[in-house]
Amino acid sequence: MEQLSVTLGSKAPCAGKPQDHGHTLPILHEIRHALERLIATGEETRIDLNAMPFGPGDLDRLRAWLGTGEVQASVSAMGLTLIQETAIPGVWLVDYQNADSQRLTLHIEIAPVPEILRPQPQDLAEAIATLDARMDEGQSNPPRPS
Amino acid sequence: MPVRKTPDKTLGESLRDHGLSRRGFLKFCAATASMMALPPSMVPVIAAALDAARRPSVIWLSFQECTGCTESLTRSHAPTLEDLILNIISLDYHHTLQAAAGEAAEEARLQAMEDNKGEYLVIVDGSIPGPDSNPGFSTVAGQSNYDILMETVEHAAAVIAVGTCAAFGGLPQANPNPTGARSVMDLVKDKPVINVSGCPPIPMVITGVLTHYLTFGRLPELDAYHRPLAFFGQSIHDRCYRRPFYDRGLFAESFDDEGAKLGWCLYRLGCKGPSTYNACATMKWNDGTSWPIESGHPCLGCSEPSFWDAGGFYEPLSVPITATSGAILAAGALGAVVGGAATVLAKKETKTIVAHRQPVTVEELEDKL
Repeated sequence: MEQLSVTLGSKAPCAGKPQDHGHTLPILHEIRHALERLIATGEETRIDLNAMPFGPGDLDRLRAWLGTGEVQASVSAMGLTLIQETAIPGVWLVDYQNADSQRLTLHIEIAPVPEILRPQPQDLAEAIATLDARMDEGQSNPPRPS
Repeated sequence: MPVRKTPDKTLGESLRDHGLSRRGFLKFCAATASMMALPPSMVPVIAAALDAARRPSVIWLSFQECTGCTESLTRSHAPTLEDLILNIISLDYHHTLQAAAGEAAEEARLQAMEDNKGEYLVIVDGSIPGPDSNPGFSTVAGQSNYDILMETVEHAAAVIAVGTCAAFGGLPQANPNPTGARSVMDLVKDKPVINVSGCPPIPMVITGVLTHYLTFGRLPELDAYHRPLAFFGQSIHDRCYRRPFYDRGLFAESFDDEGAKLGWCLYRLGCKGPSTYNACATMKWNDGTSWPIESGHPCLGCSEPSFWDAGGFYEPLSVPITATSGAILAAGALGAVVGGAATVLAKKETKTIVAHRQPVTVEELEDKL
């Protein structure tokens, strides 16, 4: 193997702001097209950021472009899912984590409300039966307010 | 380890028995789609398919290997190994992970084969001393690796070769190949063989292939080396976040020069990204934290056939060998200084080169360097 040369006295920064790799703008354009579809036809879109060839700093840069909105939510099912509205209405960051708080995947969802926040149709179909069962149970054993 | 028949319960029922809500299941499917490199729009399809799927019996055989592939699998975080074993598959035999030992362990393998004839999956890690090798080079319970493999795959639905040793021979097959090591596809000719190469393979690719089989009831689409296209369809180079630097002719020339510190392309430090197909650039390692190129090291090409014998890790691949290739490299290296004129010239010459591109082998490339 050829011996590797060593350069001393480098002026390049070892730490600090990471290089811009140019990966943010195409995703912003994709979000823009998705917003156009949402407004025109109601079609929702999800973008899987895990599938993007991001380098150091790219995700932070994208989040900075999108900003932070008013709504934050979390779903506790098989670990936490953290939902954050961005500063752009209808554009959400959905961070799926496992029980050890490791990220499973990170989606941008362009929708009025993220899918995971809505009750699932099968759950909704069982809603009245669930309420009735709780009322029956409550007659004999009233729940205590926490 | 108790031997189970392929369970009667569907995956959806099994997950709900474990207390998973429908939102949790939706999340599981979102993570699964991401893991299988499928678009998020496939999540409802995956949810419907997985809800009705039944867990397959899996027999895992370990031969001439370092256990790095199993180590990799145990680091999978999507799904976790616990998810995989408890919910997705019925892992009926695995030397390292099973509780049973000795005759009870071998009995578990034979029982699983009998109970799930024609339906079970065989996963192999490690290469196998071929039929003409000394059978004593590698044995389990007094049986040669070759005999165990051929006996186990006889009634299997498919074989998944995990890791470069099982897929292509790997380190044991490296010159001078003292054990006569062979890959699974060298030996198994009458069953579908899927290669999940890598040293080690990305853990989520192992679980992704299993989940694909479970979701769609068939094996994924494969490339010429029998690797699933969803994970091995694009080169490291094409998905590399440093690719824009390559396109601009900005290369690190040593591991601590200005270019290396600025995160420029590692092509000239021996990066095998242009000739390597794998999903490292997007799936990354250590729970998606980073991957070799992001930590400043060139890709070694570990998921490609014969990578141990393909020349020095730090010797660069070359652009197509033509009379003008030197000019391209020079233009690339001096791009920052020479500027636009050289870039225009390089682009023009690149077009000419691409038009007359001839396939070359790695050996030919090394000879030219």
